[in-house]
Amino acid sequence: MTARDKEFDAATGGGPGGAADAGERNLAPATLSPHAPALGGPPAGVSRAHESARAQVSGAATYVDDIPEVKGTLHAAPILSTVAHGKLLGVDAKAALTMPGVRGVVLGADIPGDRLLATFVHDEPVFATDSVQHIGQVIGLVVADTVMQARRAARKVQVKIDPLPPVLTPRAAHAARSYVLPPVIVRRGEPESALENSPHTLTGQLEVGGQEHFYLEGQVAYALPLEQNQWWIHSSTQHPGEVQHWVAHALGLENNAITVQCRRMGGGFGGKETQAGHLAVWAALAAKKFGRPVKMRLDRDDDFMITGKRHPFAYDYSVGFDDSGRITALKLAMLANCGFSADLSGPVADRAVFHTDNAYYLSDVEIASYRCKTNTQSHTAFRGFGGPQGVIVIEAILGDIARTLGLDPLAVRMRNLYGIEERNTTHYQMKVEDNILEPLITQLAQTSDYATRRAAVAQWNAASPVIKRGIAITPVKFGISFTATFFNQAGALVHVYTDGSVQVNHGGTEMGQGLNTKVAQIVANELGVPFERVRSTAADTSKVPNASATAASSGTDLNGRAAQYAARNVRDNLAAFVSGLDGCGAGAVRFQNGSVISPKSTRSFDEVVKAAYANRIQLWSDGFYRTPKIHYDKVTLTGRPFFYFAYGAACSEVAIDTLTGESRVLKVDILHDVGTSINPAIDIGQIEGGFVQGMGWLTTEQLVWNDKGHLSTHAPSTYKIPATGDIPAHFKIALWPEANREDNVFGSKAVGEPPFMLAISVWEALRDAVASARPPGQPVALDAPATAENVLRALR
Amino acid sequence: METSPLAFIRRGQPVTLGNVPPGRTLLEVLREDLGATGTKEGCGEGDCGACTVVIGELEGDCIRYRAINSCIRLAHSVQGMAVWAVEDIAGADGTLHPAQEAMVRCHGSQCGFCTPGFVMSLFGIYQKYIAPTLVTTCTSLPPEGAFAPRGSPAALSASPPAITREVAQEELSGNLCRCTGYRPIFDAAQQMETLPAVKVDEKALVRQLRALACVRAEPVEALASTSTSSARTGFSARTAYLLPKSLQQLLALRASHPQAQIVAGCTDVGLWGTKLHMTFDSVLDVTQVRELKRVEHYDRHIAIGAAATLTDAFDALVQERPQLKTFAQRFAGLPVRNSGTLGGNVANGSPIGDSMPLLIALGANVVLMSARGHRELPLEQFYSGYRKTVLAPDEVVAWIKVPRPQAGEFLRAYKISKRFDDDISAVCLVVNMRLEGDVVASIGIGAGGVAATPIRAAATESLLLGKPWTQAAAQEAAVVLRAEFRPISDMRASAGYRTEVLGNLMRRFWLESQGVENINLELAVIPGLTRHDNIGAGA
Repeated sequence: MTARDKEFDAATGGGPGGAADAGERNLAPATLSPHAPALGGPPAGVSRAHESARAQVSGAATYVDDIPEVKGTLHAAPILSTVAHGKLLGVDAKAALTMPGVRGVVLGADIPGDRLLATFVHDEPVFATDSVQHIGQVIGLVVADTVMQARRAARKVQVKIDPLPPVLTPRAAHAARSYVLPPVIVRRGEPESALENSPHTLTGQLEVGGQEHFYLEGQVAYALPLEQNQWWIHSSTQHPGEVQHWVAHALGLENNAITVQCRRMGGGFGGKETQAGHLAVWAALAAKKFGRPVKMRLDRDDDFMITGKRHPFAYDYSVGFDDSGRITALKLAMLANCGFSADLSGPVADRAVFHTDNAYYLSDVEIASYRCKTNTQSHTAFRGFGGPQGVIVIEAILGDIARTLGLDPLAVRMRNLYGIEERNTTHYQMKVEDNILEPLITQLAQTSDYATRRAAVAQWNAASPVIKRGIAITPVKFGISFTATFFNQAGALVHVYTDGSVQVNHGGTEMGQGLNTKVAQIVANELGVPFERVRSTAADTSKVPNASATAASSGTDLNGRAAQYAARNVRDNLAAFVSGLDGCGAGAVRFQNGSVISPKSTRSFDEVVKAAYANRIQLWSDGFYRTPKIHYDKVTLTGRPFFYFAYGAACSEVAIDTLTGESRVLKVDILHDVGTSINPAIDIGQIEGGFVQGMGWLTTEQLVWNDKGHLSTHAPSTYKIPATGDIPAHFKIALWPEANREDNVFGSKAVGEPPFMLAISVWEALRDAVASARPPGQPVALDAPATAENVLRALR
Repeated sequence: METSPLAFIRRGQPVTLGNVPPGRTLLEVLREDLGATGTKEGCGEGDCGACTVVIGELEGDCIRYRAINSCIRLAHSVQGMAVWAVEDIAGADGTLHPAQEAMVRCHGSQCGFCTPGFVMSLFGIYQKYIAPTLVTTCTSLPPEGAFAPRGSPAALSASPPAITREVAQEELSGNLCRCTGYRPIFDAAQQMETLPAVKVDEKALVRQLRALACVRAEPVEALASTSTSSARTGFSARTAYLLPKSLQQLLALRASHPQAQIVAGCTDVGLWGTKLHMTFDSVLDVTQVRELKRVEHYDRHIAIGAAATLTDAFDALVQERPQLKTFAQRFAGLPVRNSGTLGGNVANGSPIGDSMPLLIALGANVVLMSARGHRELPLEQFYSGYRKTVLAPDEVVAWIKVPRPQAGEFLRAYKISKRFDDDISAVCLVVNMRLEGDVVASIGIGAGGVAATPIRAAATESLLLGKPWTQAAAQEAAVVLRAEFRPISDMRASAGYRTEVLGNLMRRFWLESQGVENINLELAVIPGLTRHDNIGAGA
């Protein structure tokens, strides 16, 4: 217990052995909140510090591995496949079982429920039993008294595997028609004849690598058996409801027997959307077998080897365009490397198709999306969820069109933008109604001084023999909503206690994005109380059931709105109560700055709450929200899958070394659209963090699988996310000053994913720099990530 | 085997723990034995910094603070030191330390998992840059300016430096954050000094550390007077963690415990435990051997003790050769340099260790010592194969002797890696050339990442030695250099890339020797843009 918590207990007379009885305690005035002292001003629309910031900097914020262990807790470590593809002939754990502290192993035969995980496609075994499908696939667990005992012993388990030929690349899978899901083709117009009639055409190929999430907190779950075959699961998960469902399914129980809780994650980025479920199921199966609480925390290397990444993509395209650089036809094949099972690959590949237009109108187009099955980790959600893999290919094409025609790439991009009155329907038949691309990009081009700098870069390059510079502006238009329409619902609970303090709980999870802070701001705003009076609590399946994953950037849109509605219900109850006291209309009662103001009186919020309680007024409520307007046919991929679009643009300048291919990002200006910001500091944090993460994807973060299918970059020693030295010297973020044109909570827009794709400007700037060292009029063949080696190859 | 009780100072109080196994890490002791779960494990290999803590060590009358990775540091190595974890720096009343408060105010934490590590690195920065500017609590006041941090840009200026963005970036190079993009953390580093100052009670701490040292020094005192092995070394034959304080004691222990795993900063051996799951029955830790912690300056060479940290060793090298500053900063991250030793890097013998190509190019010798005596050999002769050395079972690496710079010496150290900071080289090439007139009078070329050991480019050297240094000679040298090695392909780079770049780096060396500017990204000056201009967010 921290000093602060002790003070809190002292102040409220509570805690074990506290002097006051429960009744008194509940009515005592609140004197301390977890937040910094009140700053004044409105609770929302301002840069409140993260609700857990003070705990995080003091080491007092609890993550799953920090929870004090229940007596008797055992630890599990995974037994991994050492072969990419093969028949699993047997598991010999004799050597492991004699090691100190080892309690036993858990294998497929120990699963009381379904031996397949409860994934959407139902194609992934809990433990590999008859065959292995990638190096790192989990065959079983060793359970021991300590985590290191379990890990040491797991390495001693002998697995007998009869190897089969593996499929390791999406192109090989496509050639063999090896897919996790059937291909999807989206088509508009007559791309073949349009290609034939185009003044110019280009064909090309592109390979874009995957990305490891590298959440700083690795995957972890802690399963505790409770009475009457009930289970308590602590999970670092973006989707507690899904963990609940998976665990129930594997244990052969109903969902109501499982409670899953997650106070916070040490980062998620999509990597804990489905992948956290595996850990929880494994821990629960071990706990079931041994009748003891079991914690499973993956070593970082094992985490790399077991869990899925961002999908690597390969592309083949033919594009037609006119003399101005406007696209007249596009035929594109996208090969998504899905790994050995479907996981979320269907919707990820769908979103790649949806975002192949990025900001541009494609008149005659065919996009064929192949969901390739390979013998690697099963790739999964990652910030952008296929969007980046769609956006990058069209930006690559536009950059090469400009180079081929000798035009400024920005001018070519502007010519291809969606129109307002015409050229405004996407290839999936959604009308773009909130288009701000043209003014936004124009403003960024001005504030970043793009034209002058482009000339300066050209001048530098003419005189510089070794170091070449490049500059690029790329936009982003990102569709907001889960494409699976039914996920776009959320619930929340707002409790006002008799002392006037407020607790909010919702179906979303906190992974660092500041969701709990924003939701607390919204609730405080709605109740007219200071931000400091609202406390956020852990996501918990026993509080708000059936919640969607905190994903698709939708956390605040969905849960914030649900919490707003819940708070509004409580406020309405209080307003009705006050209107009765003061004989005025309920609509005339206002809530602000901790006061409740009617035309006749001003009372403190606490006073009103206390009186309302005494008069048996309900002081808590649920709230429920479903996103309006959206509909979508998943067979034809047409409809309105998105409630609205979030927009942005970035101008990046880079330098490359033509002797080694090394590069540096020098200067970045971003103009991004978050609607009316609920919390500018948090939104800027998402923009900067998303951009840098995207920059990592396209520059230093290279996943390397060797010719046996072994992931040889499986730790931060070999897999390099951006470090402090990679941050551009000039890094400026500005927010677009306009509310969401759709009726979204507080007028805000979602911000988690869209900025990630702004980093494509870095990759385009690198291609611009490469082009300056090559003969004019040619495309640049640069695969992503733009490692020094790939840049040097592109220079040849 | 048993271990002596482990004792260190935390939160102003001595902590004494019995039966800590020799291979147990400081992180395990903090999280599992002491229940201090604020410190996090992110990677278990010293690459992410989530586990960063600060240790304080007596140096003379003062405390030397270092941020280190607790996940790979053996717990017993902090015997007799002070340790601060993230829970230990706020005031008793809960008032946050400036390192913490600044992070809150600047929105420096998102998911918060890397945050304790950043906070502790910031605390290390605070103790290094800001605490010395406060009214000192150090018992004997050093001369003005003596506190300027070693190796920092301001080391030579008299007034204590403000924390610039460049300092923040360098000092935080061993901490990874996946959420923020670092800008707010840089802001926090700079804002610390605007917050109410917080001082460590160094007077009290010095007293406590001295008291701890006395307790452990007792058996050591006995060593000269008797001849039995245990008394001679000061350790029971059953002691599993051997922490000698003197060279004599170290050599005796090495002779009597040839099976003990020798460790220094443990920045590689630590991974043998966390990643390879090796267990150590006994460990011989050289880091508290007082003679070997020193860097000694002689007329013709400097002698770097094998227990000198990489930070101290590189400071000494950069002081002599300022052009190595960036190369030194790019060696791992700060917490690794603060823990790891140059001797350890050399003895470990990895073909991708970055110090050896440099030391080979500089013509460094290594001094090996045993109770039998000592021997000295050129560094490249120390290696006999992949991670194999000529070290005898009773020998230790004692000193690395680096020749002092000669007039006219032209030295460049090139490192190619996927990430600029805190990465391992795909290729490392160091060329040290001295011309007399236009003739190559001496040349040293060391290469890493191209062979099974760190290696001297002997064929290229002999091609150039005594020849005029011309463009044609440089071109020929590039061809020979490319042909001299048969590198492998791995996750860092392909063999073809390594080979191609070796020659290209020779071309860069030629251009730089001719005074051509702006041909190196490390040094390029882009108009209108200094290295750390203007980071910021305007909403």
